[in-house]
Amino acid sequence: MAAAAAARSSMGLTLRFSRVIPDCRSCPLYRLKGCVDNTAGSQRRGSFDSLRTINRHLQTSICLSQAEEGSSNAEDPDDVDNGQHLRVNVVYIDRSGKRIPVKAKVGDNILYLAHKHGIDLEGACEASLACSTCHVYVNSAHLDKLPEPEEREDDMLDMAPMLQENSRLGCQIILTPDLDGIELTLPKVTRNFYVDGHVPKPH
Amino acid sequence: KTYFLCSYLIFHVLQSIVPCGLGGSGKAFLSTSSCPKVCIVGSGPAGFYTAQHLIKARQDVEVDIYERLPVPFGLVRFGVAPDHPEVKNVINTFTQTAKHSRCSFYGNVNVGKDVTVDELQGAYHAVVLSYGAEGNRRMGVPGEDLPGVYSAKDFVGWYNGLPSCRELKPDLSCETAVILGQGNVALDVARILLSPLDILKKTDITQPALEALAESRVQKVLIVGRRGPMQVACTIKELREMVNLPGTRPEMVTADFEGVSEALKDVPRPRKRLTELLLKTALDAPGDKELERRRNAAKVWGFRFYRSPTEILADPGRSRTAGIRLAVNRLEGSGDAARAVLTGEVEDVSCGLVISSIGYKSLPIDPAVPFDSHRAVMPNSVGRVHQAPGLYCSGWLKTGPTGVIATTMNNSFDTARSLLEDMDSGALDVSPAKPGSQEVSSLLEKRGVRPVTFSDWEKIDSLETRRGDACGKPREKLLSVEEMLKVARA
Repeated sequence: MAAAAAARSSMGLTLRFSRVIPDCRSCPLYRLKGCVDNTAGSQRRGSFDSLRTINRHLQTSICLSQAEEGSSNAEDPDDVDNGQHLRVNVVYIDRSGKRIPVKAKVGDNILYLAHKHGIDLEGACEASLACSTCHVYVNSAHLDKLPEPEEREDDMLDMAPMLQENSRLGCQIILTPDLDGIELTLPKVTRNFYVDGHVPKPH
Repeated sequence: KTYFLCSYLIFHVLQSIVPCGLGGSGKAFLSTSSCPKVCIVGSGPAGFYTAQHLIKARQDVEVDIYERLPVPFGLVRFGVAPDHPEVKNVINTFTQTAKHSRCSFYGNVNVGKDVTVDELQGAYHAVVLSYGAEGNRRMGVPGEDLPGVYSAKDFVGWYNGLPSCRELKPDLSCETAVILGQGNVALDVARILLSPLDILKKTDITQPALEALAESRVQKVLIVGRRGPMQVACTIKELREMVNLPGTRPEMVTADFEGVSEALKDVPRPRKRLTELLLKTALDAPGDKELERRRNAAKVWGFRFYRSPTEILADPGRSRTAGIRLAVNRLEGSGDAARAVLTGEVEDVSCGLVISSIGYKSLPIDPAVPFDSHRAVMPNSVGRVHQAPGLYCSGWLKTGPTGVIATTMNNSFDTARSLLEDMDSGALDVSPAKPGSQEVSSLLEKRGVRPVTFSDWEKIDSLETRRGDACGKPREKLLSVEEMLKVARA
């Protein structure tokens, strides 16, 4: 259940401007494998192009109407006690310092959860540990509850401006029950100056 | 008939009072409506991230992106190494922006030649220049123009299918290659020169490059820098890839690392981790498995430190590169500010291939636009071009050719914020209606220039992907502007 939710959360393309990731499982396009998200993660999109263009329009209208009916609080049909024990409360603190509480579920991915709620956390490489645009600070109470970053995450974190002890990549944080109450702070805008005096090297 | 006329009129009246961004079929009629219109020159990460931020921040802004080539995405397509496909995922983000109802892409338009910046400023409320750095810093040494010497910019352009680098035909028949510069581009070049064909043939590297590399006799690559191990400009991901590159082994000069591990104590984490990996690779005795792997490796790579090029040496007939003369340096100072100082000693290294990877450089686009030719950037404050109201810049043109995609993203968002501030404060007057792309399209048509739309690009994209499918690659790139235009117009 958590795995399915995690898989769903970490699926490729997000509807950035419609700001919603719908529950795809109930969408006919998904079930008929006609949805572009089913092929996410693949570099080879060419043969899906015309289907994809059509699907994008269909997906937008179908998924948006579904999203309006259901919500991120939709019950997991497989769950018995109304999903309460799967609930994880998350707070994002955006770049202006505003606190945005979000109701999430075990298995949700911090990057895609942010997208779902219109929080401006970029994910340029789509969670493949090839960039640092989803850099977040984790509050101290929950920092140590996260599994240690793998070497590849540390390598990419090294590239992030304003790196701190509590820095992590949002795309690598998957919610578990003991992360209830976690707070993710988006690094403030740099205005081209790095706090530690670091100057990126020329290419 | 009356009914038709009425609804036609009503429709047009509605168009002019309805807020901008009506979408899809409404686009053609919005030309005289008074929404802010922004023009962006350059469709690489800087252009697209600036567009993204503007469109997201205000519901009424319309953004048009102009690009010289028929294909978008700039260095994401032509700079990022073929074996780094995940870095190219950002193209999906840019595609979403391009397909937004308030964004339009116009490829095959050469700003500065087909249309001037002045004309763009006439048609739009604001113009953002984000055309990057297509020039190259020269070494400035004798022999730099000998056959066998290439800029990394051209070499990378060649294996990535940049049309202007199609005819490079680098000579890979020598045993040793020397790369000047120790940044990520230098490491990309080293890695592509030494990667097993089995790996390369599954990437989007061009077919001619793959064939040339299959014939390559390069066995040894030296990556040379003026200063020491603590000043290397590359990042740990790229260094790790070299260390782990199948079929290769590292070979460095122990003396180059004297004093380095002692100096690591108070260094920030990124530099510390990078240097530790470098020290381990250069100095530590490998475990059995690694020792065995190195013994079986036919190809060699290594950093060489404290060396500056002073001359490229020719063969007796002066027809090609035979070696490079390097001046020996010592360091004054430490950390990022350390300076290389000549000692007077020189050292000659035999090699048939020299690739200079010492930096890209922006070029001026239009004599009427301010340009700092000393620093090779557009003079600006947080993206506002000096003494040029309505003109902005983002990306490498703004800050110099430094940083990765994430850096350019922040840079572009900053410029977008400046532009938005100026709209809000009135410093940028967006109340008079501007004709935008309608006027520019009409100028281009008169001049015989046919822009390539985003859906035209998608035809190219689709063909390249299908061709790639046929040979196990993500795509097989079209290599000339002519071919691209032919497919775009089909």
